[in-house]
Amino acid sequence: MPVDIDIAKVARLARLALDDEELERYRQQCEVVLEHAARVQALPTDGVPPTSHPLPRTNAFRDDVVTECLDREEVLSQAPERDGDYFLVPRILDEA
Amino acid sequence: MMAYEPVIGIETHVELTTASKMFCGCPVDFGAPPNTNVCPVCLGLPGALPVVNGTAVEYAMTIGLALNCDIAAHSVFARKNYFYPDMPKNYQISQFDEPLCVDGHLDIDTGDGPVPVGITRVHMEEDTGKSTHIGEGGRIHAATHSLIDFNRAGVPLMEIVSEPDIRSAEQARAFVTELREVVLRLGVSDAKLEEGSMRFDGNISLRPEGTEAFGTKVEIKNMNSIRSLQRALNHEIERQTALLEAGEAVVQETRHWNEETGTTSGMRSKEESFDYRYFPEPDLVPVAVDDEWRERVTARLPELPAQAYGRYLDMGLDGPVAAVISRDVEYGSVFEAAVAAGGTPQMVANWLTGEVTALLRRTESTLAESAINGTALAELSSMVADGTLSASAAKDVLAGVAAGEGTPDEVAASRDLIQVSDSAALEPIVDEVLAANAEAVEKLRAGDGKVVGFLIGQVMRATGGKADPGAVSEIIRSRAG
Ligand SMILES: [Zn+2]
Repeated sequence: MPVDIDIAKVARLARLALDDEELERYRQQCEVVLEHAARVQALPTDGVPPTSHPLPRTNAFRDDVVTECLDREEVLSQAPERDGDYFLVPRILDEA
Repeated sequence: MMAYEPVIGIETHVELTTASKMFCGCPVDFGAPPNTNVCPVCLGLPGALPVVNGTAVEYAMTIGLALNCDIAAHSVFARKNYFYPDMPKNYQISQFDEPLCVDGHLDIDTGDGPVPVGITRVHMEEDTGKSTHIGEGGRIHAATHSLIDFNRAGVPLMEIVSEPDIRSAEQARAFVTELREVVLRLGVSDAKLEEGSMRFDGNISLRPEGTEAFGTKVEIKNMNSIRSLQRALNHEIERQTALLEAGEAVVQETRHWNEETGTTSGMRSKEESFDYRYFPEPDLVPVAVDDEWRERVTARLPELPAQAYGRYLDMGLDGPVAAVISRDVEYGSVFEAAVAAGGTPQMVANWLTGEVTALLRRTESTLAESAINGTALAELSSMVADGTLSASAAKDVLAGVAAGEGTPDEVAASRDLIQVSDSAALEPIVDEVLAANAEAVEKLRAGDGKVVGFLIGQVMRATGGKADPGAVSEIIRSRAG
């Protein structure tokens, strides 16, 4: 079952800079996955509720209780860049 | 010229006031030092797993039920994939095709009868962190870089989506005002617009009056008060009307409201920015709500503004007065307390919406900030009813109570405002006034009743306004008879 993948778009959405060889390799890999999905999709599933999760359980909740947080210095020490008590990130949008 | 009808829908985000975040145990605490309420889950560290806060689900259900929604027996979380620095996982856990609450409505009233506004859905998600843009004017476009505080990341956030049932900026104002009152009444959010715990976006299109098909819609963002929502919608109605009248097309886009210029401007949006590639969140199992759970939450719902309004009408309040009191939590609780303390509902209500409101406006304070409470209001209105205070003295007493000078009794005594209706005390004063106004007395004896008012006024002046006008009138008439 042939599937059509715009692999360059998928890469762009995932912010992945891939060269032509990588694009082709990932296209083939994604194709295998999507072909499998297409086969599953072809099965008669009338009256079968959609499965959103493989585990046969629901309502895995925790109580609304505060637990300990991480130490800020430890957290910020992992950041590529910081400014005082904040994470510093490059400019978010280009000039409009 | 063709008349156009606005078609408006509103998307509201409300942060819940649970103790802990949606998927981790970090505290929900506005104003904590930056990056202190964080853990591996809300920082999106590799391998960290979310666990749903059961109380947040119940709060979400509460909102859905209050908005007359159906609660889904089965609902699932989904990943919304996009990149933004204040969202550490590069996806937001939200709900997509199976939200918790669907198909409700909220009634609004802008003075010409109730209008139902459909609620498409209420779903659960997590808030993002907070970015501060550094550089020219704090604007994102001119920023050199941005600073991120992840304290807000993962705070339970409800998205409430309305149907495009709103037809004016005024109705939009009424809708968000009513919605805010509802969540406040439910006690699930502090709904503070200035702190961003309640935020809204609007979408608006125009269509020729009398037609059904929707026009091209524009989304408006960045409105951080109810007033700016109203201004932005009115501006957009004008802008789109001008385009249509000039025969131009409205472009489907997201526009940014600018508070200072009072205008909206198009935001540059990347071609693929809306491709969120939702899929079911593999780390979280579905939420199942059975009848027993739904009924338990329903039974705990507090009285909502619309219900209070109906009850106040039954208590004999006038519509406009009942509307004011039922739609303001502070007013409602003072009113209830005053009635519980023995106050007559109509009198207490009229005081609240009349003199109390005027006083608060003059002193630029709120009911909560003032020392006015239900007991004081009940006492004050009964002092007016039984003649202990004149209407004008009661206003002074109220001001004293509001300023924290004591109970109405104490303020009336200390400000020397108790009304004198004792005839033994009033008779000598009345006699003095009559003696000094022989001409008026002549007229009165000749049957000219109009001079009574003048004579009462003279007595009031002589007593510094403390004489009971009814008692004075009686004495004057008996003397002249
Ligand atoms: Zn956390």
